[in-house]
Amino acid sequence: MVAGGFGVGKTTFVGAVSEINPLRTEAVMTSASAGIDDLTHTGDKTTTTVAMDFGRITLDQDLILYLFGTPGQDRFWFMWDDLVRGAIGAVVLVDTRRLADCFPAVDYFENSGLPFVIALNGFDGQQPYSPDEVREALQIGPDTPIITTDARHRADAKSTLITLVEHALMARLR
Amino acid sequence: MATPPGGSGNWSYGPVQDHGDGSANPYAYPSPPYRQPYAPQGPGPSPYDQPPAPRIQPVQPQRRTPEPAPAGASNNPLVRPYAMTGGRTRPRYQLAIEALVHTTAQPHQMQGQLPEHQRICHLCREIKSVAEISALLTIPLGVARILVADLAEAGLVAIHQPGGDENAGGQPDVTLLERVLSGLRKL
Repeated sequence: MVAGGFGVGKTTFVGAVSEINPLRTEAVMTSASAGIDDLTHTGDKTTTTVAMDFGRITLDQDLILYLFGTPGQDRFWFMWDDLVRGAIGAVVLVDTRRLADCFPAVDYFENSGLPFVIALNGFDGQQPYSPDEVREALQIGPDTPIITTDARHRADAKSTLITLVEHALMARLR
Repeated sequence: MATPPGGSGNWSYGPVQDHGDGSANPYAYPSPPYRQPYAPQGPGPSPYDQPPAPRIQPVQPQRRTPEPAPAGASNNPLVRPYAMTGGRTRPRYQLAIEALVHTTAQPHQMQGQLPEHQRICHLCREIKSVAEISALLTIPLGVARILVADLAEAGLVAIHQPGGDENAGGQPDVTLLERVLSGLRKL
């Protein structure tokens, strides 16, 4: 899974490593199911559409990795719940200029127990804050990797994914 | 998410209706009023290999009644998405979004199938995930899940559900993680 705030570069990241142009799938949902409305008010529920971009990487003849960018609006938790099952882990992309945007994603993965790494996406090639500063600001424990990346570049995105899978593997073996 | 195709028959379908406390229902699709637009079918020819489907009520494959359907109706955005599914909003199987689908149908078996079913089979001559079917055919994910489940029930597609360690909440096992890691490094 690739998560993070709106406009942080999730689809760019997916597109950088995917072997296909990122595709978009849509789910129809009701606002009631988004945890906004009380379910007793089903009479006036409205439908909306939530879109999700994803890419794929064929790793072997019989092994395909799918990268799902989580819906930008963090309130569509039901889509996240759908994705978490079977997921290896999550990359939480962070724009350090808008650090608070990643809070919901970090909270979500901390609660769900899915291994995650935090990747600081350097806009304009700038990394104004060091991983240590971000770790301090986000109150992230020492076990969770925090790395810098550039979502536009395949090598960076690939290296981020490798960090994530290594982290997931360590978490399983621990 | 990693989905190894050709897994050893991982039909790990959970019960569809039973969502426990109901509060964590991840498939809360809107429920249009249920209608039965299809004539009930008698027991038709069904030499289909039924997958083991625990606690799933078998439903006869539904066929379109001979109502006049304008050409290209399936692409018409004016048709409400769940009209394709006969008003059903839940699939019979709990299909993972990354579950892989591969058609096993011969062209003659596709005759008389719904156009959407035919399009899915056509697409899945090369292996595709449920997510890709939804995206490439521009049908909502929930609808794609239902249609793919129909095809699986009719024996027209094979589904490879992702593996995963049931003891770890369906998370991939260590062997799979190692394969993914090695695959990524070789990219």
